[in-house]
Amino acid sequence: MSILALIIKREFIAKVRNKSFIVMTFLSPLLMVALAAFVGYLSTMKSDAKEIVIHDASGLFVKDFKNSEEYSYLDRTTESLASLKDSINAEKFEALLVIPKELDNKKLASEIKYISNESPDPDFVSDLESTIAKRLTKSNLEIANLDTLAIKNAQAIVKVSLSKASGEENVKGLNYIKVFIGAGFGYLIMMFIIIYGNMVMRSVIEEKTNRIIEIIISSVKPFQLMMGKIIGTSLAGVLQFVIWAIVGGILLTVASMFLGINITPPAAGMATTAAEGSLGNLQLYANEFFKLPLLTLVISFLVYFIGGYFLYSSIYAAIGAAVDNETDSQQFLLPIILPLMLAVYVGFFSVLNDPHGTVATTFSMIPLTSPIVMLMRIPFGVPWWQILISLVILFGTFFLVVWFASKIYRIGILMYGKKPTWKELYKWLKY
Amino acid sequence: MDNILEVKNVVKQYGDYTALNNVSLQVPKGSIYGLLGPNGAGKTSLIRIINQITMPDKGEVLLDGQKLNLDHVKDIGYMPEERGLYKSMKVGEQALYLAQLKGLSKAEAKKQLDYWFDRLEIQGWWNKKIQELSKGMAQKIQFVVTILHKPKLLIFDEPFSGFDPVNANLIKDEILELKKQGATIIFSTHRMESVEELCDDIALIHKSNKLIEGKLIDVKKQYRSNTFEIGIMTSNVEGLMYQLTQKFTVGQANFKSLNDDLKLEIQIGNSSPNELLNLLAQNGQVTHFVEKIPSVNDIFIQTVSK
Repeated sequence: MSILALIIKREFIAKVRNKSFIVMTFLSPLLMVALAAFVGYLSTMKSDAKEIVIHDASGLFVKDFKNSEEYSYLDRTTESLASLKDSINAEKFEALLVIPKELDNKKLASEIKYISNESPDPDFVSDLESTIAKRLTKSNLEIANLDTLAIKNAQAIVKVSLSKASGEENVKGLNYIKVFIGAGFGYLIMMFIIIYGNMVMRSVIEEKTNRIIEIIISSVKPFQLMMGKIIGTSLAGVLQFVIWAIVGGILLTVASMFLGINITPPAAGMATTAAEGSLGNLQLYANEFFKLPLLTLVISFLVYFIGGYFLYSSIYAAIGAAVDNETDSQQFLLPIILPLMLAVYVGFFSVLNDPHGTVATTFSMIPLTSPIVMLMRIPFGVPWWQILISLVILFGTFFLVVWFASKIYRIGILMYGKKPTWKELYKWLKY
Repeated sequence: MDNILEVKNVVKQYGDYTALNNVSLQVPKGSIYGLLGPNGAGKTSLIRIINQITMPDKGEVLLDGQKLNLDHVKDIGYMPEERGLYKSMKVGEQALYLAQLKGLSKAEAKKQLDYWFDRLEIQGWWNKKIQELSKGMAQKIQFVVTILHKPKLLIFDEPFSGFDPVNANLIKDEILELKKQGATIIFSTHRMESVEELCDDIALIHKSNKLIEGKLIDVKKQYRSNTFEIGIMTSNVEGLMYQLTQKFTVGQANFKSLNDDLKLEIQIGNSSPNELLNLLAQNGQVTHFVEKIPSVNDIFIQTVSK
């Protein structure tokens, strides 16, 4: 076995055998599912309906308030307002709706009161208002002696039907699927870089503090050790992702069986037939999902993943070599985290609004942000030459950074007992 | 002479600091070679160059007459002063891994490991993690790992520090055994008693420069001062002292003796020892007559403080 393969194997096994790795790998999908199930369970639980007391002196509106699952209405117009207010204070009821008796509708509209101890849900209040408004409008129309039926018939109801130029039906929020997929991949890369980059750094620091480093590099070149470490760690990470994907796939299949979504790509005619109803929409989403450039996405995910991860983890390795312990690494970590954060923010704010705008395009070319930003753009369709340019820049930078990092690494691993400054790191480049 | 290692005019600089200033060494095959020098003299820098951990700025290093190259990694075994192993890795796997990095096949590494684990009676440690072992136990593993691939040249940086006397002795015997089998051993140390006991050749490095190199015995001859320690029982102390001080430089000596005698340290200069001995014999009973050989420690201190 070649030296590099030996190192990769050792690093891989060391990571995979680690207890926290095993726990993370198998527990986190379960935790995610358990969490989802828990949230789902919570949302199915119904709390008791809130009781709203109505004191309607006008007698116009009482019949308009229909009990729902969340709210029930009690007509207490006969009781005195003062005692009703007391019972609100005593928290016997959720709220008191007071409608006075007024002949003038305008005055009536301005004098309706909602009394409660807790501030009400704004949606509920606007429902309340529209219920009252509807009745008052009707009353106004009657007073003005207009034909209410004719007016009702004259009201136009518009629902824009969404479709693409290719003639297929479209769904509102389809962009969200693209955003979701792109953002998901971009986010995944960021998480991977941070988690596994840190792992590379820790393992470099471990070799330094264990003082085994001198024995190892009397046998192998520092560059081999660094690359072996980066590759071995990334393989462990890929294994973790594959396990997550398999577990996730199984869960997705199970879930789709329950929801009745057809996850095989539909025949051409089918898409137009499924139109209405939430199930139809769901089917449409699923269809759209499979119409995304999935192959391109997966391939570019892998390529950008390799480029981005290697770029960042070699910087992590260099930092690990430069410091003696993890606390000292903080000052050097900030410049790594910043571009990653920037990439995600640019992705969420620029790409979603304007996937092919200047900002999004620029950041999908800059090597430190391109793995994340470009992946977010790809679901919206990116010209191949842009991807090519961005990849050339990414991998060019990658080789440059690896070269610099290995120089710092080579010197750093033999330096003990001092906290280096940026200036010193620069000096090491020249040794 | 047949040298396994030749260091030729090596210069190494770190920034403005010169760690090695034109250092040349010749390590004879099959010898135990003491690389001496105070802390910070440049020993570790030199050893790192021999191990190809760093490259010299100028000069070259020849191993067995060939310029150092990556194939030589398997010919050298190195135990650094700062010992270290992977704490959470099992002893056996770790040793196998390190041996494979030195170019041994897995099967061969396993065979060698079994042999050494048997020999040092540590068979039960295979599945233990380093963090479960005591410091002394870990040092044994460290030693095994260093010699497992049967290197021609062994470099030990402060080999006995951290060992208890029993283990230190054990390791010393193993090193002598390796020498018998043909290996060359370089000790880098500032513990002179082990040098005195083991080394055939020494070199002294001080402030980035090599000051002394050669066979231990030759170096000692070079530093001999023709001084003799004598013990004599005599009734004529004053007369003897008078005669001695006329001819030689005389001082008080301090050695252990069973007799209640006169102890002196006498530098005879160019005179022959017999002249002194005759004079003493005429005046009383000689109980002690030894040439004072400079210890490595004396040479070390004398040279370094010059």
